[in-house]
Amino acid sequence: MSEDFNENKTIQAQSSETISGGETGVAPDIDYVRPAELSDQDLYHGHTFITKWVFCQDAKVIGVQYFLLATFTGIIGLILSWLMRLQLGFPGAAGFMTAEHYYQFVTMHGMIMVVYFLTALFLGGFGNYLIPLMTGARDMVFPYVNMVSFWMFFVAVGVLLASFFVPGGPTGSGWTLYPPQAILEGTPGSGMGIILMCVSLILFVAGFTMGGLNYLITILQARTRGMTLMRMPLTVWGIFTATVLAMLAFPALLVSALMMTLDKVLATSFFMPTILKAGEVLEYGGGTPILFQHLFWFFGHPEVYIVALPAFGIVSDLISVHSRKNIFGYRMMVWAIVVIGALSFFVWAHHMYVSGMHPWFGFFFATTTLIIAVPTAMKVYNWILTLWRGNIRMNTVMLWCLGFIVTFVNGGITGIFLGNVTVDVPLSDTYFVVAHFHMVMGIAPLMVIMGAVYHWFPLVAGRMLSEKLGKWHFWITFLGAYSIYFPMHYLGFIGVPRRYFEMYDSPYITSAVGMNEFISTAAFIVGAAQFILIYNIVVSLKMGKPAGKNPWQANSLEWLTPSVPPEHGNWGDKLPVVYRWPYDFSVPGAKEDFIPQTTPPSEVVETEVEKT
Amino acid sequence: MHVGFIFLAVIVGSILFHIFTPWYWTDIASNWGAMDDTITLTFWVGGGVFVAVCLFMVYCVFKFSYKEGRKAEYKPEDKKLEKILTWATTLGVAALLAPGLIVWNQYINVPKNAISIDVMAWQWGWQYRLPGEDGKLGSTKVENINDNNPFGIILEDTNGRDDVLIQSDVLHLKNNRPVKILLRSVDVLHNWYVPQFRAKMDAVPGTITYYWFEPNKIGEYEVLCAEYCGVGHYAMRGRVFVKSDEDYKNWINEQETFSDLIARQKIIEFSETKLAKK
Repeated sequence: MSEDFNENKTIQAQSSETISGGETGVAPDIDYVRPAELSDQDLYHGHTFITKWVFCQDAKVIGVQYFLLATFTGIIGLILSWLMRLQLGFPGAAGFMTAEHYYQFVTMHGMIMVVYFLTALFLGGFGNYLIPLMTGARDMVFPYVNMVSFWMFFVAVGVLLASFFVPGGPTGSGWTLYPPQAILEGTPGSGMGIILMCVSLILFVAGFTMGGLNYLITILQARTRGMTLMRMPLTVWGIFTATVLAMLAFPALLVSALMMTLDKVLATSFFMPTILKAGEVLEYGGGTPILFQHLFWFFGHPEVYIVALPAFGIVSDLISVHSRKNIFGYRMMVWAIVVIGALSFFVWAHHMYVSGMHPWFGFFFATTTLIIAVPTAMKVYNWILTLWRGNIRMNTVMLWCLGFIVTFVNGGITGIFLGNVTVDVPLSDTYFVVAHFHMVMGIAPLMVIMGAVYHWFPLVAGRMLSEKLGKWHFWITFLGAYSIYFPMHYLGFIGVPRRYFEMYDSPYITSAVGMNEFISTAAFIVGAAQFILIYNIVVSLKMGKPAGKNPWQANSLEWLTPSVPPEHGNWGDKLPVVYRWPYDFSVPGAKEDFIPQTTPPSEVVETEVEKT
Repeated sequence: MHVGFIFLAVIVGSILFHIFTPWYWTDIASNWGAMDDTITLTFWVGGGVFVAVCLFMVYCVFKFSYKEGRKAEYKPEDKKLEKILTWATTLGVAALLAPGLIVWNQYINVPKNAISIDVMAWQWGWQYRLPGEDGKLGSTKVENINDNNPFGIILEDTNGRDDVLIQSDVLHLKNNRPVKILLRSVDVLHNWYVPQFRAKMDAVPGTITYYWFEPNKIGEYEVLCAEYCGVGHYAMRGRVFVKSDEDYKNWINEQETFSDLIARQKIIEFSETKLAKK
């Protein structure tokens, strides 16, 4: 007993995972890692097609399911954007396009891209696939709940798309769904359309919560031996923090959707003041539309970071691997992610400077918003400092990363315009805003998604994607998207308002006609270029070059599974043991330019590797 | 190599686009030159950072592209450099924020001599009410709005009797005289926006919001609704004329006051009842 006690005491006194010899005089075991505290996780292995591929509990399959469904929904969003650009660039070219349709397409495009595409893809897709693999877990801690999460998402998408087929069509209230117009006649889809939108969002949030709890608890509780928090890849840090944000922010969306549904169906007045419509005073009274805006943006601003933080994390890992260099300032990067996440809850009303809220809020929210620029800028510096003195592979993955840096810095800086309350006044509700948020939370995260697809496709499929097609895909997408959104800022400077079905012939707007034609043409080309990727994936699945193990010479655990692609349970008989961070690239004295996380210190004693 | 050149071309192209763009803001016609100045300041500071970061990236692409056998540097952290960058960024951000807050303070504090204008919005149109000789607007209530009282003025409020009613989407303003725009809406959100005046604010049903500006250029301007308000949003426009003192006086003297309207209605009512008696 006393011996056990002593041993426990020694271990408890350790602040780090490795143990030093202490005063006993015994030579320290430099490879010591604290033993596992829990027995191995039991997994349910599916045997039929249904349990293996449909109602599957393997996080990797669920990740791919999320990815495919989000991509499918995203393609619908893309087609809607084509239709909008057709109207804006060539008014009247599509004969069926009425103002009602236009606003419905605007709304559905926005909601699909933000929630059902980007959020689902980053957290549901990459989160499910990568969290267990990167942290050395066998699977998510609640695989069954995880499966239900995807199928809730499936139903949410179904309800959303069903609204295209109900009387009145989908809601056309703008993706922000501002009441009172969202539920009053005069806005397309103010009947069934808006109700289905709210129901779909409620389902999405419920399903997402199931997945989110899984991501958090897996990261906190199921990491393998030696995988300390400060040895986690930044991808996991990004997804983790984004999920914390989602858990705190989505409830605000849920209640606002619920309250609006009640306002619509039961004629409560949460958001509805006394309203006069067509000479009649409606039965509402006493509510305030600004309450909805506060709730919506209390969700909506963290939502921006729910998309951005996983992108930050992923791009950090991609840049590091393909520069053959450690990510510069890892600890700063982790803290920046956490600080950005925390601050993102104190900036929401910068979307509301001209909403009619109390004007004094402007001072507070402008200050918090500009403070958030500091950790964000630090991340940018660290990305380019990682490139500096690296040994940069100019492959497709790296191209997407470079494209991300350019578009993100561009969009981040226009964010400083809009966050700085006075500057926002002339620019809000104009195309400057449209250009800004597409650049920073549309194109920039998309660049990361694409880079991640080219990076991890070999892991998922066991084959490489075509580099040649990849480079065409990148250049068309990057140059095209940049030439859509860079000039669009100048429409905003002119003062062209957003959400205008038609511009008519205002003297200062007519000068923009040529630009609108150009932007629309570029949008058609960029959209079409995405099918290069789909072609590339389909062809490479069968005919791509076999990837083999760890084709990028990366250090993180997902590349170190016994079989590629990894099987259910990920690690075969034995869980991996982690001895270092995932960024030991080009360590002086090492034989190769990378040291995987599972390499014990005793194998690299002659190198100058720093203790992590 | 071509990768670096294309990215370089993108950066140079962006700068050239900005220099030669025919698309830039409309000539300002109000006192809010300070807003343009803050935009310009943000543009140069922000644009400078954008160009610097991108050029550094391009430099890295040229200088550190993959070479067989070369080893990247191994240096996990540089505390000093990170500290310098943090403080430099903080200073830059503070330098942008300070003028923004100062101008915002001007924006939300209305000068004493401003003329209040009631801008009433609905789906989809505008109408306006100006104070009469007492300089005060009468209070209003949505429930009071009807054909006889198109602005819903509370009849007991005597301030409202001499209010000038403009039941049209054409508003005239006096040059070089600040105006306080009091916004209200009877149905959904709207926003009374004239690009040349720079300023804007949402009209929110159930409350009254405000902003102010001082028109300083005689001319005709288009009003746009800048907050999405349903299917007619894009067509919800109006016109503003900025006039010299004399022209303004002539115009306002031609407009009907609330008392005029009540009197006219009484005449109509009287003739209607007389007709009915016949």
